[in-house]
Amino acid sequence: MPSAVKTYFNHKLLGKFLKLLLYVMLIALGFVYLYPLLHIIVTSVKSLPDLLDPSVNWIPTQLSLDNYKQAFEVMHVAATWLDTVLVSLLPAIAQTAACALAGYGFARYAFPGRKILLALVLLTFIIPAYVLMAPTYAMYSDYKILGTLQAAIFPALAGQGVKSAIFILIFMQFFSQTPISLDEAARVDGAGEARIFFRIGLPMAVPAMVVTFLFSFVWYWNETYFTAMYLGSHGSSGGISTMLLELEHFEQSYKGYLQSLSGWGAGFAGDSVANEAIKMAATVIAMLPLLGLYLVLQRQFVESIDRVGITGE
Amino acid sequence: MKGWLFTLPWTLGFCAFFAYPLAQSALYGFSNIRLTAAGRKISPVGWDNYAYIFQRDIYFMERLRDFFVNTLFSLPVLLVFSLMIAMMINQKIKCKGLFRALFFLPVVVVSGPVLNMIISEGAASIPIIEQYGIYGLIENFVPSMIAAPLTYLFSQLVMILWYSGVPILIFLAGLQKIDRSLYEAALIDGASAWVAFWKITLPAMRGMIVINAVYCIVFLASSEINEVIALIRSAMLDPNIGYGIASAMAWVYSLSVALAIGLAWFLLGRAPKERATHAVILLQRRGLDAIRR
Repeated sequence: MPSAVKTYFNHKLLGKFLKLLLYVMLIALGFVYLYPLLHIIVTSVKSLPDLLDPSVNWIPTQLSLDNYKQAFEVMHVAATWLDTVLVSLLPAIAQTAACALAGYGFARYAFPGRKILLALVLLTFIIPAYVLMAPTYAMYSDYKILGTLQAAIFPALAGQGVKSAIFILIFMQFFSQTPISLDEAARVDGAGEARIFFRIGLPMAVPAMVVTFLFSFVWYWNETYFTAMYLGSHGSSGGISTMLLELEHFEQSYKGYLQSLSGWGAGFAGDSVANEAIKMAATVIAMLPLLGLYLVLQRQFVESIDRVGITGE
Repeated sequence: MKGWLFTLPWTLGFCAFFAYPLAQSALYGFSNIRLTAAGRKISPVGWDNYAYIFQRDIYFMERLRDFFVNTLFSLPVLLVFSLMIAMMINQKIKCKGLFRALFFLPVVVVSGPVLNMIISEGAASIPIIEQYGIYGLIENFVPSMIAAPLTYLFSQLVMILWYSGVPILIFLAGLQKIDRSLYEAALIDGASAWVAFWKITLPAMRGMIVINAVYCIVFLASSEINEVIALIRSAMLDPNIGYGIASAMAWVYSLSVALAIGLAWFLLGRAPKERATHAVILLQRRGLDAIRR
């Protein structure tokens, strides 16, 4: 074999080998990423004997959906699912509207104090929300919106929701990339500023709105810290509970559930602990809607960063 | 003036839900607050709350230190892994979309209770690490000051990687913006892929690295399983400690996080000879073209 052909052949072989290595590494890393999720899902369908049997690792001997039935009842899913959806949906909508408005204002108009306001937007991102925890709690309690949905909707409507600074910047970036000539044409034709925003600006900004809405929805769904504090029940007032909050105090609820099953007389039931399978089933239930959403709209999530041009020059 | 109108709702919201509570919080930090049936009683105490944190509280400073040490160890791992994965996905491979979706998945499901469940299940780390006795190795051969954060790093490895979803996407977007011809020029000049990485990819990624570092610090600092925040919250609801000291703690924590962000910005953000490298490569390319002609 001539040496040139040989080198070429070697090169090709090396390339193939490297590519194979790349796939192996990607799949291995992918497994590491998915490991906790796979573990949760597999454990959630294990029956009690499977849980105790150390030889049963990844493949349960039988599918036990009983865990799900119990977890479903302990978490009061029938009662909490609507609240969970509302607590994520309404603030997400409010946040999308508020951030679109602010982002449009920052991108399309030059006005005195614009730079200062933008610096303040960044400040809201850097100053963590827990600095404001105590006074905000006191304020909501003064206004009597503690434990109601308003405590989540009002800040979102005013552009102060969960991580709203990011979304304002996304809208700003987006609006500053879209052509301004359409606005000018409409202005010449006598359209007012509000009309231009609703008829030209908003329809163009659909990608940014989708991104903002989806991420807001997911982040509000997963938020438990402030949800527990501002929306949760406090003494006599009703309060709102979400599926993730139920997951947070699952052990407690489980004890209550067992007691209610065996009647108040059975005091010793209070010591029993939920087994892993039931806890994992509860975790799956709390995540399932998000997983479903991601499965369907995966493209919207992943392409978000390209779409809004956050890395634009 | 019209711009004012569009940003007015935000400005009002900023005053009501951010500036006002922020001022209150600063005030609380210097006050003793007692909750009585008649309402809150606020009495100024000067720097007493801060003195309490630094001199009498046993847990706060310790957890604050642990947080920063752990962040110091996790942050490089996070950034390196994100960049590596982004570069791998950026190659010409099949199922690109699938891999991208897979590495982003954790961002969607990550939340405090879910993380706690995973950690209590012992699924926050891959079993192989335990099987090969890495912890024992670390404890035996590494000075104890570094051993604790290293053990933490390994035991929470998967969880730390779970924060890399957004950084991977940001890196990926940045990688796709690099001009392909730069690599071709380097290849013609006889540069290996290794050299091309250090001379082209890394300098071009500098801005993204800074963005990601800031993003990761902010997210680690406000993560729901963060021990410092848990402490602040329990302090706030504890009648013996109260709002005043809790607010002071929150301020100390935020200021130190802000300091860390500033530091990361300063250390990673400086651009040593970034322009120069690009310019040299461009010049070389022109030179080559000229020679060929």
